[in-house]
Amino acid sequence: MSAMTTLAATDPSLVMSVPEQILFWTVGAIVVLAAFALLFSKRAVVTACAIVLVMVGLCFLYFALQAPFLGVAQLVVYTGAIMMLFVFVLMLVGVDISDSFIETIRGQRPLGVLFGLGLLACLGGAVLKSTMPPVQGIPQDPEVSNPSALAEILFSNYAFTLEITGCLLIIAALGAVIMTHRVRLTKRITQGEIAAIRLRDGMRLTPPPAPGNYARHNAADIPALDAGGDVIEDSVPTVLRMRGQVHRLKGVAQDLLPDEVPATRRPDAVPPAGDIPAVAETPQQLAAEAEAQGRKPEAGEGEVKS
Amino acid sequence: MTVSAYLILASILFTIGAVTVLVRRNAIIVFMGIELMLNAANLAFLTFSRMWGDLTGQLAAFFVMVVAAAEVVVGLAIIVSLFRTRRTVSVDDENLMRH
Amino acid sequence: MTENLVLAAAEVTPAASAAWLVIAIPLVSAGILLLAGRLADKWGHLLGVAASAASCVVACWVFFAMLAQPAAERAQDVVLGTWIAGGSFTLDLGLQIDQLSMAFVLLVTFVGTLIHIYSIAYMEHDPDRRRFFAYLNLFVAAMLTLVMADSYLVLFVGWEGVGLASYLLIGFWNYRTEYAVAAKKAFIANRVGDVGMLIAMMIMFSQFHTLSFSGVFAAAAHASPATLTLIGLALLLAACGKSAQFPLQSWLGDAMAGPTPVSALIHAATMVTAGVYLVVRSGPIFEHTANARLAVLIVGAITLLYGAIVGCAKDDMKKALAASTMSQIGYMMLAAGLGPVGGIFAIMHLLTHGFFKAGLFLGAGSVMHAMSDQVDMRRFGALDKFMRVTWLTMMAGWLAILGIPPFAGFFSKDKIIEQAFVPPDGQPWQAWVFGLVAMLGAGITAFYMSRLFFMVFQGKARWTDGQHPHESPPLMTVPMIILSLGSIGLGLVLTLVKFDEYLAPALVEGHHGEPVLNQYVIMGSTLALVVIGAWIAWVKFGTKTAVVPVLPPAADGLVRAARADLYQDTLNNALLVVPGQALVRGTTEVDEKVVDGAVRGIGALFQSIGSVVSRLQNGYVRSYAATMLAGVILLVAIVLAVQG
Repeated sequence: MSAMTTLAATDPSLVMSVPEQILFWTVGAIVVLAAFALLFSKRAVVTACAIVLVMVGLCFLYFALQAPFLGVAQLVVYTGAIMMLFVFVLMLVGVDISDSFIETIRGQRPLGVLFGLGLLACLGGAVLKSTMPPVQGIPQDPEVSNPSALAEILFSNYAFTLEITGCLLIIAALGAVIMTHRVRLTKRITQGEIAAIRLRDGMRLTPPPAPGNYARHNAADIPALDAGGDVIEDSVPTVLRMRGQVHRLKGVAQDLLPDEVPATRRPDAVPPAGDIPAVAETPQQLAAEAEAQGRKPEAGEGEVKS
Repeated sequence: MTVSAYLILASILFTIGAVTVLVRRNAIIVFMGIELMLNAANLAFLTFSRMWGDLTGQLAAFFVMVVAAAEVVVGLAIIVSLFRTRRTVSVDDENLMRH
Repeated sequence: MTENLVLAAAEVTPAASAAWLVIAIPLVSAGILLLAGRLADKWGHLLGVAASAASCVVACWVFFAMLAQPAAERAQDVVLGTWIAGGSFTLDLGLQIDQLSMAFVLLVTFVGTLIHIYSIAYMEHDPDRRRFFAYLNLFVAAMLTLVMADSYLVLFVGWEGVGLASYLLIGFWNYRTEYAVAAKKAFIANRVGDVGMLIAMMIMFSQFHTLSFSGVFAAAAHASPATLTLIGLALLLAACGKSAQFPLQSWLGDAMAGPTPVSALIHAATMVTAGVYLVVRSGPIFEHTANARLAVLIVGAITLLYGAIVGCAKDDMKKALAASTMSQIGYMMLAAGLGPVGGIFAIMHLLTHGFFKAGLFLGAGSVMHAMSDQVDMRRFGALDKFMRVTWLTMMAGWLAILGIPPFAGFFSKDKIIEQAFVPPDGQPWQAWVFGLVAMLGAGITAFYMSRLFFMVFQGKARWTDGQHPHESPPLMTVPMIILSLGSIGLGLVLTLVKFDEYLAPALVEGHHGEPVLNQYVIMGSTLALVVIGAWIAWVKFGTKTAVVPVLPPAADGLVRAARADLYQDTLNNALLVVPGQALVRGTTEVDEKVVDGAVRGIGALFQSIGSVVSRLQNGYVRSYAATMLAGVILLVAIVLAVQG
């Protein structure tokens, strides 16, 4: 440390200007604090947002380091593309998925902390021990902007590397396509086939009645009523019915209920209040029914929720 | 206060990224830790570039960025397909190769 | 191949340049027969015979083309290409076409073809006949490589090839344990000889930097006697192994386990004489080293007596013939040790022996064929009426080996005995010792061969029950007849065509010495000894009144020793096998306890290390990352520490 201070004392060019110091300390603190979200945040979405903050902060630092082109690129590539991709994937695997902090590998966490400190000591030691040259600064030519200067090197000395990198990007894109590609294991069910199944099994041929009809509420979880004032269970989406989220008419529109004992004509249509309708459908039938209702079957919804 | 401060900052960020890889189990977060390490390296590149007054350092950072983009594409594709088959993104569960 | 051949053979005659076909035809045939497997079962034997016959035809063509040349230009070195090009050392793959090699080639291909034909009938009921012919073809190819080689290394290829073929054929019926053991024994005894061959080649290479005959012989003229003696002794060891000479003779008797045609071709006519060929071919080396020559003489003399004595006591017909072969090769070895002139008679005896001994073996095979594969002569007798052709052909062979004029053996063996009486290097004691040994050997030979002949064909029938002796089919008798014609007339023919003058250019120049006795005295005494030996045998085994016990009678020491092959196996066992086994056991013990222990200990160590380390491999990516980070920290720390 003393060596560095003496060096700094002898060579004023190593010293940062005051505005740069202010920028460094502010942004540096924000960046480090945000980066700690990686270690301590339970929810991946929060972490992703924190990393976006880190990236933006780094963009400022890049400008301070006289690299405007890379600063912009950092903003566009990292925050704009890469981190958005992360968020997109998070959405795909479940946004509210949270990580458990119970460590499964014995001794891994202390080991991680130990190694982290060791690495920091090593890197910091290497930085502090090295004798740095006087800062020369990127040559500032008003005629040649930073991107132009970079481009000159890139397309002359590093043209071949650039080509190779292009290949790499194409291969990566293709690889991603191939890896996420799924071969269809079952035959695709066409609309005609669905109609045929319905006709064969005596199922409803028309679209189901929309929920909320003849009710004070037109929410999707309120079953429709038929002309006799009875509940039509089919009008509620299958998923809601399976989850037991069907609202009873009793709860929302007392006055519409018949005075007499309900559901004499259709005893099967009204399950006891608050109960889950008995659903004994096979997954195939369920899928077919869901498709018939104009919705995609949502696989795995339950797991994500739980 | 010298330019070396940027290098210290890069070291700190790199360490945070490395420790993330060690202690977090969510593959996506681990991956973000790796990205952070790449960024720390970029920061160091740019600092050295400024120190020596040589644009080649910036060029190296540029290439790191491109490679990181490619890596992210493939890595996230792996995570997505893993999630599809195993219904989890925990790196601890992906120890099939051991057996 | 062909283009190189034409270029390289520009100065050799077209016939000689085609000589490689002699080897290639049986080799290709063997390959086809072995690779085609059961597919070739139906026609395999025919292909084998055709290959051998074709080889014989080409050999005849090459031979007569060579005869058309003036005597001085008959020897040709046909270079087929470069075999080894190693810096300053190059070795050509070439064939030596000269009087010596061609005599051998004709013997091998002609007798070989006859025995192939014989085998068609002999092996008719064997399910593996095709494989048998494949091995026979392989043997022919290897033997021809041996005799046509133009360098010791090429010769060695053939040398090993005949060893392999011999091993395969002795153990042809390897489902019988004793046959498999016999094959192994022959193989190992041959390997001992091969060590000698290798040592000889190494000395040549280190001293002369070449292995080709011409190069070695040229260098031998200026080499030190000590070197030449070493080479000579090593070559003698090789010859002893291959030719079943003392002290490596023990395998030949057991080698009779192979089918009889094999015994006839390999263990009588051709392969076992390869040692003689080697010594004669290496004449320029032996010429300069009297000590090595003396060693050859001693080995030959011991073996010829040894074989003769063992032959007197054997009741197994094939083993008696094997002992006789050993003894006859002892004669050849003796002759080869006598120098260039003796070498000529060695080769001449080799040729006549090849015919009459092959004929005798084929006759024995025919007898076995008739007597349901029995070989005990005490259970034969009075077969002459039932097997006229076999009886007559074997009689020709018997008279030939006895050396009764004008049968073949007389012209060759008698010359050897006469030559043995010539004092080499002006030392008369040698002439007396070796001459008398050779003469005595002739007498004993007459006894045991007559004993064999009379016990099989004359006297009273002592057959086991249910025997119906019958003559063999023509496929077997015709080769026997042809060979018996050779037994009768080959000696006379060779003498008439002046074989010694024909062969002389291929050998170093020799000078005829005078024997210490008058040659007619030698001839007369030899004949007298032969007649006495045969007469004793006739009295004991041949007459109608002679009593031959069905079981071997109790006998005194010498006979018992001879029956036990003069305790050769006991001796080998005590001297070599038991110490060898002890050594092997000790080595095994050391291997198991020390080497294996160390290896297992290391294994266990690493296993335990592995089981400790494998705990790190827990499948958790984060643990791996931690390890990686620890490594990074360590590296950075080291770099920092080193930089100070």
